[in-house]
Amino acid sequence: MVDALKPPKRKDPLRYTRLPLAPPGARSRAALRFTARAAEGRLMLQQCEACGAFAYPPRDICGGCWSDELRWRDIPPEGKLLAETTLHASTNVYFRERLPWRIGSVKLAAGPVVLAHLHGDVREGDDVRIIARTDKSGQGVLMALPAKETENMSDDKALRALTCDPKFRRVLVTDVRTPLGQAVVRAALTAGASKVFLGVAREWTPFAGREALYALENTEVTPLDVTDGTSVSEAASSIGGKVDILINTAQYARPGTAMARRDVVTARDEMEVNFFGAMRLLQAFGPAMRGRGADGENSAVAWVNLLSVYALSNWPAYGVNAATQAAAHSLSQSARADFAGSGVKVVNVFHGPLDDEEHQPLPPPKVTPMALASGIMTALKEGVEQSFVGDIARDIAERWREDPGLLERELTLTKNLE
Amino acid sequence: MSLLETLSGAVMSGAVRTIDLTHTLDPDFPVLVLPPEFGQCQPFRIEEVSRYDERGPAWYWRNFSCNEHTGTHFDAPIHWVTGKDLPHSSVDTIDPAAFIRPACVLDFSKEVAKNADFVLTADHIKAWEKTHGAIPAGSWVLFRTDWSKRSGEEYLNLKEDGAHSPGPDAGAIRYLINERDVIGFGVETIGTDAGQGGHFDPPYPAHTLLHGAGRYGLQCLKNLDQLPPKGAVIISPPLKIKHGSGSPLRVLALVEGK
Repeated sequence: MVDALKPPKRKDPLRYTRLPLAPPGARSRAALRFTARAAEGRLMLQQCEACGAFAYPPRDICGGCWSDELRWRDIPPEGKLLAETTLHASTNVYFRERLPWRIGSVKLAAGPVVLAHLHGDVREGDDVRIIARTDKSGQGVLMALPAKETENMSDDKALRALTCDPKFRRVLVTDVRTPLGQAVVRAALTAGASKVFLGVAREWTPFAGREALYALENTEVTPLDVTDGTSVSEAASSIGGKVDILINTAQYARPGTAMARRDVVTARDEMEVNFFGAMRLLQAFGPAMRGRGADGENSAVAWVNLLSVYALSNWPAYGVNAATQAAAHSLSQSARADFAGSGVKVVNVFHGPLDDEEHQPLPPPKVTPMALASGIMTALKEGVEQSFVGDIARDIAERWREDPGLLERELTLTKNLE
Repeated sequence: MSLLETLSGAVMSGAVRTIDLTHTLDPDFPVLVLPPEFGQCQPFRIEEVSRYDERGPAWYWRNFSCNEHTGTHFDAPIHWVTGKDLPHSSVDTIDPAAFIRPACVLDFSKEVAKNADFVLTADHIKAWEKTHGAIPAGSWVLFRTDWSKRSGEEYLNLKEDGAHSPGPDAGAIRYLINERDVIGFGVETIGTDAGQGGHFDPPYPAHTLLHGAGRYGLQCLKNLDQLPPKGAVIISPPLKIKHGSGSPLRVLALVEGK
């Protein structure tokens, strides 16, 4: 059994802050495909179309028959730990700081033998469950977990290096004026966050749910308006060094295409929140978080963007809004480069229309604030960098992966047929 | 000495005091909030362009943006539908002499302290005139409520049924236009109309009637408590914005004596 994680003590303000280091990050292009799927929490390996052999680690040509017809397949996670070893020395500085470190070879039920990091509760000969995740270098790795949930399982140090578990971490929810923001606050507290900072814009106007929200323990109100650079930098100078997980719940959505609107005023308002707001947050909070990627048990771990799934392909009913979401999505990709190697994951949680005032006339299915909040926490606990919450988001994502051009026609041409 | 030399000398010596009636343009200063389906008033915003750094080594400057009705601001007749066809109704076409005018300051701060929804009527104005004499034609009428001393949430004073703040009824405004020929009406609140003015008859009487008659509004004023009931001169030139419906501006009052 893994020892239960203890709530971290307040940091000695005179102590050196350990710089974030990363395990080896060089990968081939084939291995990057494994990373891309691992970032979504998918375990995929290549299988040779010609001879059926699995290719591991990823490569360009089958090691058995030299065929280049290698197809990526989802692999069932079941396996057995064949052998393990414990590293007591390493020339890599990341692992040197974390020794001893256990790794082992796992025989997957699907056939191949893979190398994996080991959870503290697995032993040689055990049945294990293999997960694919990105490590602190941002690259895909495998880890063997106990086949069944064990006590304090998520507290394991090797696992926690792959996840962004909110437990004992401090979370900033950038906008709590909305039902979504409030649901995220409650979900973060339930997930074990030691403190949640409540970002509140326009304190000069009241909002629904405020009293109950402010009455929650382990919360702290922080004036924060993402449309105001001064407000964002003041908030960052006050709490920026304590934010381990930033969840940007500030969103602005209005219906309509360019030609359904008469001006760019509302579009500007949307950009101010959805794009420039995210950018101001990155500029103000990003550097401190990037420097705190190895700052003890409650190190900075995740930057969470909530994005409309129509950031991937425009939906004309909210056409202009989808364009601002696409801009925000693109910004999140450049943020991946900003955070690369820092140990802070950029987590994009895509969702369909929310069940809120801004999408009131839309028919179901809509994502409730609570469902999205819980989807965010799941993504953080699992350590994935991309997640799709709700039926619409999953469906659109599936169709987008299959054929972006087809999806574009489906979304834009069907409007005229209705 | 000429008239203006005398005046400028008095301003410099302090015999004529200059009082600033303007709130600082601050990103956090409240703006009018409309239902989400309407276009919104942009609050004051600042983005730094350079500050003696790699973006501009020797100079500090910033871009700012806001609505024409953000902060302490001037309302031109064209702001309201009733004034849309009047001549000289936008800030760029108004006779600049209109920007220097005397003011009568009607103090109802005590009444407003007791009742946030205080409604100014023609009778209130007539009672004020009994003490201070008739309002001269061409004056600003400044409605002192001490509302500018409120901050945060107390300023808009939004409740579930909307804003609660003082303002005039139609009778008061008609009296000021038809009987007193004022140049405009100035307030400490976010708008010339009461918070509940949408329920008056006609709705928003100050906007509807003043602008329909080619008169002006001044909003979000402060320091009205430093002005005498009569005798102050208001200097209130808005920015010369093409077709401007209004403009943030610096409002100054000149007051004689201590």
